[in-house]
Amino acid sequence: MIDDTGITVAFYVLAATTVICALMVAFVRELIQAVLFLALSFVGVAGIYVVLSADFVAVVQVLIYAGAVAVLMTFAVMLTPAADRHNSETPFWGPAAVLAGLVLAVIVFVAYDTSWRLTGREAFPATAASLGEAFLKPYVVPFEVASVLLMTAMIGAIVLTKDEEDGADA
Amino acid sequence: MPDLLLAHVPLEHVLTLGGLLFAIGLYLALAKRNAIGILMGVEIMLNAVNVTLLAFSRYVVSPRPLDGHVFAVFVITVAAAEAAVALALAVAVYKHRDTVNIDEIDLLRW
Amino acid sequence: MPLALLSIITRHWYDIRDLSNLSGAIEDRIADAGGPDWLIYVVSALLGAGGIVAFIGGVAIINIWVERRVVGRMQSRLGPNRAGPFGLLQPVADAIKLMQKEVLQPRTASGLIFTAAPIMFTVPGIFLMAVLPWGRNMVLADLDVGMLFLLAASSLGALAVFMAGYSSNNKYALFGSMRVIAMLVSYEIPIVLALLGVVLFTGTMSLNGIVLFQEQYRVPIVMLQPLAFLIYFFAVSAELNRTPADIAEAESEIVGGYHTEYSGMKFGLFYAAELINAVVASAIISTLFLGGWWLYKLDELVPGWMIYIGKIYGVYFLFIWTRGTLPRFRIDQLLAFAWKWLTPMAILNIVLVAAEVLIWEESGWSAGLLIPVYVAANGLIAVALIVAFVRLLAPKFQRFPTRLRYYDEIAVPSLPATPAGSRPA
Repeated sequence: MIDDTGITVAFYVLAATTVICALMVAFVRELIQAVLFLALSFVGVAGIYVVLSADFVAVVQVLIYAGAVAVLMTFAVMLTPAADRHNSETPFWGPAAVLAGLVLAVIVFVAYDTSWRLTGREAFPATAASLGEAFLKPYVVPFEVASVLLMTAMIGAIVLTKDEEDGADA
Repeated sequence: MPDLLLAHVPLEHVLTLGGLLFAIGLYLALAKRNAIGILMGVEIMLNAVNVTLLAFSRYVVSPRPLDGHVFAVFVITVAAAEAAVALALAVAVYKHRDTVNIDEIDLLRW
Repeated sequence: MPLALLSIITRHWYDIRDLSNLSGAIEDRIADAGGPDWLIYVVSALLGAGGIVAFIGGVAIINIWVERRVVGRMQSRLGPNRAGPFGLLQPVADAIKLMQKEVLQPRTASGLIFTAAPIMFTVPGIFLMAVLPWGRNMVLADLDVGMLFLLAASSLGALAVFMAGYSSNNKYALFGSMRVIAMLVSYEIPIVLALLGVVLFTGTMSLNGIVLFQEQYRVPIVMLQPLAFLIYFFAVSAELNRTPADIAEAESEIVGGYHTEYSGMKFGLFYAAELINAVVASAIISTLFLGGWWLYKLDELVPGWMIYIGKIYGVYFLFIWTRGTLPRFRIDQLLAFAWKWLTPMAILNIVLVAAEVLIWEESGWSAGLLIPVYVAANGLIAVALIVAFVRLLAPKFQRFPTRLRYYDEIAVPSLPATPAGSRPA
């Protein structure tokens, strides 16, 4: 029952929100506010995933990015109290902006110039069941490697931030 | 129900959105002074890549269209692991140097 | 005459046993009058959202009285009884008091974040109710990933707590909010694992599907997976900042925690948000574990949504019961409970459930045989696991504690001599 106007309007509103939040991350002057705008841009990107009919990935995005990675970043900001909190740029911000603009120009040119083989496909049915099968049949090896990667990252993070204790108890 | 998204949001617009987010993330990663600011740029770049992957999975002919979704979930997983390790590194460096300003962490020896 | 009225109501398109008839009739009227498709969609969405917001509003008001009165009676005192008969107007008095207080904002606090934090704390709890089934056809958004939606929305609360604590520019608030975020993040893992056990068994993440599974096999999942129910109950009462895990609001410890600097209606919003979140958690428990709107064919007599609200208040009474009975844990005790007790038990639960599902699918035995076997087996294993954990991990239980007491060594003339190791006088 959804009309096309609704989805189109939703896409453009969400796209505008996400880009504005990403720009605010760059230009706001307080680090904590930048992290909160980043969390908001994560939620905006999750909305774009819903528009692109990827419901499972959208919910996973909110759960992991806005729920965990943003909290992790706020903890990191809190654990570095004497650091510079003003979200300032290095002296090379001019060339960085030029490079970013050039990359954007290349991407937009390629997007408009290629003739894509578009399908007239409808929106996907629910993706969770098919994704579950895809994770366990063709892509089971990357799935297991990802779990090993996560365990390694957890152990690495703990080891890096452990206090040096002489004669530390086990 | 005939799909109405295709008729009104062209693929190029979604790819432009992905490119725009990628460019903003690239600027953040290159131009910020705080290590956490750089990490924020990297996360925005990974999100942009996911948007592009899912757009292709939705619009373009493919034998297994859900591969884009699988790849996007793996990107999210790796990004979360990498954010954890990068922030642990930043906190560890802060303990020795009292700063996470990348302009001041420029000597290889302690 | 009233009988005629009643028969008109039940024979007509309006049948309160299934409120989707009401919204369906309104949609048909609009379609007959020639309205466009999007108008029907918007009207049905507004009706559903309006119903949910009405329920939430009623809950936020009624639960103030319920909580304080029931806790008071459990603690052998009266509870509020002055503001109206049986204290029933106490919520009105509370609301008026909060509204007429001045909303203070510290000048050095970050204004936008300070104002946005209570809103961000409340809103995920409210839009979570959209995926819960209120009746056989009464789901506002029948998502296929409904369970993940629940988890994602409840993980957004941690960010709101941080925003509240940081923007107060007050070191007690910041310290309190850091502790609360550590606790919230630690308890997310047992919640996810306990719900994963439920999803494994029913084979669907859609909440309507889970209730239909319970109806099909005529067994509420609390009997099939008591361990998951207990783990989820304690983990979610920690997520809600309720006693025994309410270090966030322990006035004797850190003043007010993350809502120290809030006053007036902003504090009222935090307070209401806690009650709303408690009801939402009760609703989730009664959907997943107790069967939602289904109760052994009772929903043909009584409307399903009334059964559901009854179950919500039953589980909410359980929450109030634990609040009135248990003392508060320390933060390190809480984190140890999450990591050393709940997470290993939840992982063992998942291994067990996966084995059971495999046995069910691979062998050809019917559900009528297997489900009673599973109920008995899971109950026994749950009891065995809990006893094993208590025996291995808990400190020893001493009926007559033999700690050193000061007066054991002071020679006080009037006290009888107490031999060491026996019961202190």
